[in-house]
Amino acid sequence: MAEPAQGGLKPSQGGRRRWRPQWTARMALIPAMTITIVCFYGFIIWTFVISLTRSRLLPVYKFTGFDQYFRLFANERWWTAMQNLAIHGVLFIGGCMLFGYLLAILIDRGIKAEGLFRTVFMLPLSMSFIVTGVIWQWVMNPGLGLQEAVRALGWASFEFNWIVRPDRSIYTLAIAGIWQQVGLCMALFLAGLRNIDPNIWKATRVDGIPVWRVYLHVITPMLRTVFFTVFILMSAIVMKAFDLVVALTGGGPGFSSDLPARFVVDHILNRQELGLGAAGAFVLLCTVIAVISPYIHFELRKERGGRGH
Amino acid sequence: MQYNRLALYGLLGIAALMVLSPVFIMVSTSLKSMDEIRNGSIFTLPADPGFAAWGKAWFGDCAKTLGDKCGGLSSSFLTSVKIVIPALALSVGLGAITGYALAVWKMKGANLMFAALLVGMFIPPQVTLYPLIIMIRELGIFGSIGGLILVHVIWGIAFTTMMFRNFFKTVPQDLLKAARIDGAGFWRLFWHVMLPLSLPILGVAMILQFTYIWNDFLLGLTFGGRSGQPMTVALNNLVGSQFGEKEYNVDMAATMLTALPTLAVYLLSGRLFVRGIAAGAVKG
Repeated sequence: MAEPAQGGLKPSQGGRRRWRPQWTARMALIPAMTITIVCFYGFIIWTFVISLTRSRLLPVYKFTGFDQYFRLFANERWWTAMQNLAIHGVLFIGGCMLFGYLLAILIDRGIKAEGLFRTVFMLPLSMSFIVTGVIWQWVMNPGLGLQEAVRALGWASFEFNWIVRPDRSIYTLAIAGIWQQVGLCMALFLAGLRNIDPNIWKATRVDGIPVWRVYLHVITPMLRTVFFTVFILMSAIVMKAFDLVVALTGGGPGFSSDLPARFVVDHILNRQELGLGAAGAFVLLCTVIAVISPYIHFELRKERGGRGH
Repeated sequence: MQYNRLALYGLLGIAALMVLSPVFIMVSTSLKSMDEIRNGSIFTLPADPGFAAWGKAWFGDCAKTLGDKCGGLSSSFLTSVKIVIPALALSVGLGAITGYALAVWKMKGANLMFAALLVGMFIPPQVTLYPLIIMIRELGIFGSIGGLILVHVIWGIAFTTMMFRNFFKTVPQDLLKAARIDGAGFWRLFWHVMLPLSLPILGVAMILQFTYIWNDFLLGLTFGGRSGQPMTVALNNLVGSQFGEKEYNVDMAATMLTALPTLAVYLLSGRLFVRGIAAGAVKG
């Protein structure tokens, strides 16, 4: 039933006018509905179907069961990529949340030039992951970058050549990633801090509780839904991470900083291993679903509770 | 108490320096000569700043590259502009209409469809990449700007719909009732009541969509082919494939050129960007 016509008021023109706009509304939804059904869900199923075939350069619908998944799980590069995803995920999400929260607290202490600091911290967000990757590749260049600059200052044994070391290159992704996304975490935490009832601060001041303890024992537990949201948003970014690794390390040296999203694209576009790439993509999707579904559940419940965004 | 304030500003200052120094390094490297880069530190200001590297990044260096193109970013800048403007208009327009239909004209299954769309925002693009390639190829627009515009609309619609739908949900019911009594139909209500109300959200959606489309890499790489390379793809190629000695000043100038449009939009739009980025953060 049309919402505008609900309640005591009814359009005097009667039924004709009440129903026609409804049909227009339905027609207006067709493009978005087609995209959702075909390009989102239909294509997921299609990818899954391809992952059950032995397709290499082009899709060939000769089914081989779950062979591609067995090949995937026996693939060393895939496991390196998954392990890297875990390492990068923990460092990136943890780093963004920690530094983002600390920055939000500092800004929330009633400082001057708050707008200026906020603009600075969120500046990298407007740049692409490619730009971020290229900048940090230059900063971490072992020959002329940060390592050489610090050595020139007199610390001759200073070493920062992680980007060319197979055992360290994965950590450089977290450095560049945190630099880019910390402003977003800060903004979300700051919004949460601003929503806290000022009376809580008054009460703790009367009781003489030190500020750091108020943050640790009172404010932080109150912000748990914000922490939850930030965690989910950062997880979604991590699992899609493709551009940054391409621009920063190219997955290297070797495959030492490869990530699943890059593995998938590489196998589909370059290596003519369509079936294997599709299997990787589907495993990636399952990982995303596992992490995201509590959040979707939470959002929809909030929706039913009648609160918008 | 005074010392506390001092420590507070000290910490914020250090954090700001850490965030800004890579940007400073990018700008100052792009203004240096290669000799100065080899002999100096990344933290020093350019002794004799010049835009030679910017010129090379923009127009290319015809002595160094093979083939007919000189490898500058100017042509891919144009490509990016040609992609962004129609893709922006279409994805925001379609999102506004869809969001309005979902929020105001409550239909059976509207919530289900919105949930399906919302979940779609989280799907990693890699998962639907290959079927999308087939679709674009079958439509005969693979490797063209038209193909890229279409995939950007497909990938942008979830975000823009969400922004508008959530905003239109907050419009008071009385206003809608009044308009309906006046006999306003679907389109009249949209053009004369809802769209004028939604100007701030329209701004937010446009700023964010501009940033997403301009910054996209994967779709440009996959669907652009040789002729439809957007700027991010061209930048990555430029940095990755120089012959002979790497010219870091040219790399940084090219990076600067690629970053400038979105940086400018961010600095000019301020709060609107902040408002949208939180809502759209799920888009990687």
